[in-house]
Formats: sequence, structure tokens, C-alpha cells
Amino acid sequence: MIAFGQFLEVLIGGLMSGVLYSLVALGFVLIFKASGVFNYAQGAMVLLAGLALVRALDLLVANGFPLWVAVVLAIGFAAVIMAATAWLIERFVIGPLVNQDALTLFMSTIGVTFVIEGVAEMIFGSDVYPLRLFPTDAWFLFEGLFPGGILVNKLDVWGALIAGILVGGLAIFFQRTKTGRALRAVADDHLAAHSVGIPISWIWFVVWLVAGLVALVAATVWGTKLGVQFSITFLALKALPVLIIGGLTSIPGAIVGGLIVGAGEKIAEVYLGPSIGGGIEYWFAYVLALAVLLVRPQGLFGERIIERI
Amino acid sequence: MAGIARNVLILAAALSGAAFSAPAAAQNEQFVPILSYRTGPYAVNGAPYANGVVDYYNLINERDGGINGVKILFEECETAYATDKGVECYERLKSKGPTGAAFINPLSTGITFALTEKTATDKIPIITMGYGRADSKNGAVFAYNFPLLGTYWSAADIAIQHIAKELGGFDKLKGRKISLLYHDSPYGKEPIPMLQVLAQKYGFEFTPIPVTHPGVEQKSQWLAIRQQRPDYVLVWGWGVMNSTAIKEAAAVAYPRDKLVGVWWSGAEPDVTPAGDQAAGYKSLMLQHGAGKFPVHADLEKYIYAKGKGSTEPGKIGEVLYNRGLANAMLGVEAIRKAQEKFGKKPLTGEQVRWGLENLILTDARIKELGFEGMLKPVSISCSDHEGARYGRVQQWDGKGWKIISDWYTADESLIEPLVADVSAKYAAEKKIKPRDCAKET
Repeated sequence: MIAFGQFLEVLIGGLMSGVLYSLVALGFVLIFKASGVFNYAQGAMVLLAGLALVRALDLLVANGFPLWVAVVLAIGFAAVIMAATAWLIERFVIGPLVNQDALTLFMSTIGVTFVIEGVAEMIFGSDVYPLRLFPTDAWFLFEGLFPGGILVNKLDVWGALIAGILVGGLAIFFQRTKTGRALRAVADDHLAAHSVGIPISWIWFVVWLVAGLVALVAATVWGTKLGVQFSITFLALKALPVLIIGGLTSIPGAIVGGLIVGAGEKIAEVYLGPSIGGGIEYWFAYVLALAVLLVRPQGLFGERIIERI
Repeated sequence: MAGIARNVLILAAALSGAAFSAPAAAQNEQFVPILSYRTGPYAVNGAPYANGVVDYYNLINERDGGINGVKILFEECETAYATDKGVECYERLKSKGPTGAAFINPLSTGITFALTEKTATDKIPIITMGYGRADSKNGAVFAYNFPLLGTYWSAADIAIQHIAKELGGFDKLKGRKISLLYHDSPYGKEPIPMLQVLAQKYGFEFTPIPVTHPGVEQKSQWLAIRQQRPDYVLVWGWGVMNSTAIKEAAAVAYPRDKLVGVWWSGAEPDVTPAGDQAAGYKSLMLQHGAGKFPVHADLEKYIYAKGKGSTEPGKIGEVLYNRGLANAMLGVEAIRKAQEKFGKKPLTGEQVRWGLENLILTDARIKELGFEGMLKPVSISCSDHEGARYGRVQQWDGKGWKIISDWYTADESLIEPLVADVSAKYAAEKKIKPRDCAKET
């Protein structure tokens, strides 16, 4: 019974961690879905959004603003920063490179990553900035059934709730709004979309903006977990196996991929790790991703691209 | 705005590899490279340390006109705590200045491992104060390595001494569980052999638990700790790993006062991100802690009053800043000692090595240097490249560090056999003939 309780705890903890990875993976999916660009800069965008948020929040609180007012204003400020970033990227990077192949666009986002990281730290500083938007303590469930109960972290639950709301919101945006449908049209064939009057530049700005706002949401959760700091950019690497498993074009896939990666790596680390030296979870996620690639190269939920010659 | 401007200038200068250095080397200048990291995941810890080093060299130049008139010429090179970049920086800077690098200080155990053979070949001392290879204490084999003030084996022994004291004696360690949560790198792995020796001697159960770089995700490790319920967890982390460990410990309700960090896991950036959850957390001290001492008054007078400081004036008493100062001071004093033998002029690395190997800092000299209260006497020799092995324990009360122990001295009777064994294996593998320290002067 104790062993089962411990397994359940690791499984739940893993699933919850996976949802937090999904928050970052969603930003990748959005941009790839709408523009075919694999945005390597998503991790850096989480850092930028987090730094803008926490620095503005600290400044406002220090100047006597009530906390809730400061939070709302700081989120607004960070959103403006992400909007400006989206505009700059569209105007100076993605726009001029239109019609270039996917590899060129991918390489350009690597460049964008380093620029965002450098500029963000230059403007907002490179210290660790604590952010406390959500509770970080834990519940201990079923204490009568399992000795010590089953630990569930409140921050993880908040993360899962936020991810659920985000996915719902994005689904409505893509399916029910004019801009969302235009985004899907551009994703299918941007030249055809352009020929029927869809403004490509505007659409690409919108998609980078939405990805920036998703990064801001991820930053609120991850910033509370770690403090806002440079290491947040490493989350991009945690999101990659999620994308490979879930598929680059599927929003539900990002969630399911996250759940598989989170649960898989935690169970592997706790139960397999000690017998082979530990520290395996980082690469074990990629083992899972490779296994999926071999069976289903487009990911579990990705679109199968069929090209007729 | 001033803060932003400073950040911009420091970052730009560090990235361009030309920070704080004179444009060209004059003939009466002693060149000292600074391998630092002001960018990347470990910048929060690397930057304050580098600031301390830079400010101390500037103080020597501004206040004293250099070391006996020989100005210090220094140049920063950004490693981002990456071994490949560290080696690249070393290769680029080792020959600069009229006599080449006086010594190198990589601030990374990984870079230290990579450079140990190169520095011996190039005859440039590698100073690793409080880090690096623990076996390099044996100067007969590691002629150019200087793990000053304490190796990780000394740290491991001091940590266990403190735990034994808390429990009521060494006999109380028997049957206890002590885990080591470590950064999965040469740095984090270094204390393991010593902890295995100590576990065998005192009868406690030792479990090493690795955390993958950079340490942002530790849920598995802490769920395992929750299941294993160790009596104490030693934290051997760096950068984000430390604060994440404290937060995760809080999340699984592991008491923070049962966490004992190494001296690289006991600075302000390690605890402040965790907020109130960090209260009670303990760490070793590499002798000194936070706070201001007479040397800080000189820094304020000669550097900060002239607007030449590397950081904000309010940060010059922080733990890692102070460690940078202490590290720079030991290097400067080694050069000063070497000048006694080789003359008041720029010296080669080989000559500075002599200075290091003959460096003795008494209480009186430490007081003269403005480090009274920060450091205890140091006595380095051919056979003992560590020079001192003292430590204390501090505890974070939610607002600041409080010293909670008296001084501990690492138990040489336990450490020395391991040093002799491991360094002998290294000598055999690398075909090094150990020096006869009795004949060294």
C-alpha cells in the first residue's frame, strides 16, 4: 500500500510537471501552426515576459500601489513589451525572410533568441527576481489511506488550471474568430491566403503576439516556481520532447505530450534512476520522444503532411 | 536608469572580452586574467564574485599604485561556466602582458579539471579557492594547482562534523540517513569519495542524488527524498539549483534546518528567490560570510567614492562579493611574496607559484590587509596547497545570514589518506614524478 501510494505521488507529480512544460510548448505550437516557423526563441520570450512583469511589479509595489493594482498594471506592461517584441520580430526578421525555406527561418529564430536574452538582461537586470503570484505549498491527500498522504503541489494545480483555460481560449480563438480562421488559412498556404485578401504581415504579428502572451502566462507560473532568472530559458529544452511527442501543429497534442513526458521522466528518475546512477530524467524525455518519432514521425496529434508530386 | 546603464556597460564589456583592462600592456604591469561569467544560468552567482575580484585589483592599483609599484593589468573573459569557453579564455589570455598570466582562477571545477595538465605544462598556477580538485592539495603531484582555504573533501568533513554536533556526538551518526543532492558535474561529484569514507567510519547511510544542469527541475529528486526520509540533506548546488532545492524542500515539507549547503550554496541569490521558505536553511562558510570589514572601507573610499565600483555600493558586503575579494587578495599576496625573491617587477607564472608555495598570512598580516574577521591565518607549502581548512556554519533567518557555529577544522587524519591515494593514482596515470617537498625552498 505504501509503495502504491508513493507511485501514485510520483505519477501525479509527473503529470503536473508535464502540464507546466506544456505551457511553454504551446507557444512553439502556435507559431509553427500559423507560420510554419519553428520558434527556437520561445524560451527567451518566457524570460523577457517574466522579467518585464516582475520588474514592473516590484517598481509599482515599491511606489505604494496596492498589490492587485500593481499586478494588473505589471501584466499590462509585460503584454505591451511582448506586443512590441512581436512587432519587431515580424518587421525586421520574419517579414524580410518571407519565402525563405524553413531552415533559414529556424536559424533566424536562434539569432532572435540570443538578442532577446541579451537585451532582456541588459534592460531588466540579470539577478534572480522572486515572483509570488500563486501559492507554492502542498496538499497531502488521502492521509488516512497512505502514510504521509499523497503530495500535490498547489502551484502545479494552478498551472494545470491555467493550461486548461489557455487551451480552451486558444481553441475558441482558432475555431470561432475571424482572425483565428485567417491564421489557419495562412498556415495552410500563405500565398493563397494573401491572394484572397488576408493581410499576411498583420496575421504574423498577431500570431507572435499570441505566442508572446502565452509566454507571459508561462512566466507567471514558472517565475513563481523558480524566481524569474536566466535559467527560465532552459524550459525551451524541456518543451522539445513534448512537441515531438504531441506534434508540432496540435494544441491538445502539446498538453498530452507534456503529460507523457512529465509522468515518464519522473517515474524513470525515481524508479529506474537509482539503479543506473540517477540524473536520467533529462535525457529520458528524449528517449520517449525518439520512440514516438520512430512509430509516428508527425507526433501523436500532428498533421501528416502528404505532398503530391 | 543608472542601474540599466551599468548593466549595459558591464555586459557589453564582458562580452567583448575587454572589460576593465588597459588598452595595451605596459612593461611594468603584471597581467592577471579573470575568467568570469556575467551571462548564462550561473550569472547570478558569477557576477558578484567577479565584481569582488575586479574591485580588489582596482583598489590595489588606486590605493597602493600596484603591488610594490607594479600595476595589475587584468582582463575579463566570459566563460558562461562552460568548460569549452573556459579553456578558450585560458588559451587566449595565458600569454598576455609582459610576462604572461601570473595565475588563473577559473571559478569552475569543470574548467579546473580541463586545465590542470595545461597549466602545469605552461607553468601557470591555477588558484581554485574553495573548489577544484580535492586531491590537488598534494602539491608534490599537483605542482601548479592551489585549492586554497578548503577543498570539497574538507567541506564534506566539516559538514559531517556539524551534523554530528547537532545530533549530540559522532556516535549519534550511526544508522542515520544523510543524502547528498548534487549538481551532476565534476563540482557536484567531488565530495562523494570523502562522504563515502565518512559514512563508513561513522556508520551512517549515504545516498547521492544527482540533479541535472542547471537544476530547474528537481521534483523527482524531492519526491525520492520524501520517500527516503533522510535525517539531513547536503546541498552541493550552484546557481538556480540552490534556490530550487530550497523551494522543493518546502514543497515536500522537508525541514529547511536539516538542509546543509556547501559554501557555494550559501549566498544571497541562493535563498532570496525562495522567500520565507528559505528561513532555517544552513550552509557552510568558506571562513568568511556576508558583512563589511576594514577592506570595505577602503573600497568605499578609493573605488566607490570615485564612481569606479563594479556593482551597486549596497552589494559590496554580500557573500560572493566578499569571496571574490578574498580570492583576489590571496593572488596579490602571492605576487608580493614572489617579488621578495625575484624582484619588484612583473613575474612569470612559475615565479608566482613560488610565491604561492611560500605564502604565510598571519593574523597580524590579515589585519593589515583589512580582512580581520573574514579570514584565519593561511600557511601554504609544497606539500599543502590548501593552506587552511577551517569552516563555520551560517543559517538564513529570512532576512540575513547568522553565524550559528564556532570554527571547525577539517580532520586531516581522514582526508590525508584519500588525498595520498587519489593523487598517487593520478601521478601514476600521468607519469608524474612527485616532487620531494623536503628539498623545495
